Amino acid sequence: MRVLKRYLTIYAALWKNSVTREMIFKGNFLLWILVELLWFGLQLSFIAVLYRHTDHIGSWTKWQVVVLIGASHFIQQIFQAFFLINCANLSELVRTGKLDFLLLLPVNTRFVISLRQVDLGGFINAASAVGVMVYAARQIPLTPSFLQVLGFAILCLAGIIIHYSLMFLLATISFWTVRAQGIVWGYYNLFQIARMPDEAFKGLFRAVFTFALPVLLVSNVPVRVLIDKIGNPWPMGLLLGMSVVCFIVSEWGWRASLRRYTSASS
Amino acid sequence: MDVAAIRFSGFRAMKKYWHVLGIGIQNNLTYRFNFFARTVFGLIPLIAVIFVWRKIYEGKAPGSNVGTYTLAEMISYYLLTAVVDALTAVNEDDWQIAADIKDGNISQFLLKPIDYLAYRLCLFFSGRVTYLAVAVIPLTLFIVYQRQYFVLPSGGAALAGFLVSVVLTALLQFFISYSMAMLAFWVLEVSTFIFILFAFEYIASGHLFPLDILPPTLSRILDFTPFPYQLYFPVSVYMGKAAGTELLRGLLIQGMWVVLAYILARLAWARGIRKYSAVGG
Repeated sequence: MRVLKRYLTIYAALWKNSVTREMIFKGNFLLWILVELLWFGLQLSFIAVLYRHTDHIGSWTKWQVVVLIGASHFIQQIFQAFFLINCANLSELVRTGKLDFLLLLPVNTRFVISLRQVDLGGFINAASAVGVMVYAARQIPLTPSFLQVLGFAILCLAGIIIHYSLMFLLATISFWTVRAQGIVWGYYNLFQIARMPDEAFKGLFRAVFTFALPVLLVSNVPVRVLIDKIGNPWPMGLLLGMSVVCFIVSEWGWRASLRRYTSASS
Repeated sequence: MDVAAIRFSGFRAMKKYWHVLGIGIQNNLTYRFNFFARTVFGLIPLIAVIFVWRKIYEGKAPGSNVGTYTLAEMISYYLLTAVVDALTAVNEDDWQIAADIKDGNISQFLLKPIDYLAYRLCLFFSGRVTYLAVAVIPLTLFIVYQRQYFVLPSGGAALAGFLVSVVLTALLQFFISYSMAMLAFWVLEVSTFIFILFAFEYIASGHLFPLDILPPTLSRILDFTPFPYQLYFPVSVYMGKAAGTELLRGLLIQGMWVVLAYILARLAWARGIRKYSAVGG
């Protein structure tokens, strides 16, 4: 319990630092929110145009897909708020040698690296995503039970863990190669497909992105719980299981990379 | 001054740009793994969107189209956007130009007898050549894999028009990005503005979907912007959707946009340099 309290205090300090820093550049802060809103709007217009020419993709109707896009955006923005920029900065820390300093701190290094900065804009964008989800749910019309919303929230958490684990794993590649600038690019391309209804996918592609890089589970499963599209509990178990697996794999990758790094520089 | 001297000095002037091209290609080759990763990773959402369209066509009556596109044409559209994108997209040049301005690196260009825009254009060209050299293998493999859906150009005129249009598209992309990068003379953080423009370009140039499946009023409004000429137009020429007089008219309009963007780029540079020099850079 004491350990938890200690880490919470450290996190509160990190939080205060980031917030102060971000508020110095208020204009920039607002502009980035605008950029994210634009991209979110873009994804929604894509669906609007698609559904001019059909009224279903598999068994997904228009507003169900809008909920899916909203949930995807929500999960990604919460991930972005807490973790994204820190994962992207890892290669910078390695390059500049700042990592050595962080390794000396009497705190779990992964904790500090992953949570150093907070992106407040992410919370505002996540709120916009929730707004869109609520609106779309009303159009279906949908009245989810408390249990469904709770299940949705827990599964979203699993999704955020998957985002974090995969991105962190990508970031640790910067230990092995100097030119790792494409990591954020790789992450974005990978999670682009999380917005699509899973029924569209078949074969090897579906298998790879369900059981190896489970992006097709991340948004689809929680939304299915919310909109009553879930026939059996297996997908939920699979998502929860995959989130644990992804986290463990990212932890292995981190430790292996760290061993190599520390043994090389000493 | 006699004719030989003028001709010789012109040749000497061109030589330095060839040199830039050579260095540009050398520099870009060090990023070849990055380019490769970018192409391969970029295939993932491409495959996904093809899956989604196949599902949509599956759910419609057999033989029905979306707009004027059969399933093969729709998939070809996306494959072609990937090709045109590899040939014409501005990946890092705008960031680099903005960084040059912010870090004061352009001071050296003001002293040297080299035109910064021409210099950057050479670098852009060398970047595209290198990128294409790396991307051609995964892209071709993917197209061969999807060959049952890939439509060939609808005739020699379409192919020729396509190639001309691609060159114009690349120039248009470059001049627009160059102009955006000029904001670095006035604004500390240009990335937000670049991303905002990129968002508009992404949807309005046809990256997400072919522009003619939009409601007709919207697509008519877009015709008054340069965006369709940044991706959609060359693809529609290839697919024969703009042919004959339409093709010529489109090429002329695209050329006009290239000229306008060039003028904007020159103007923005001139104003920016005035401010830059005034600050004592």
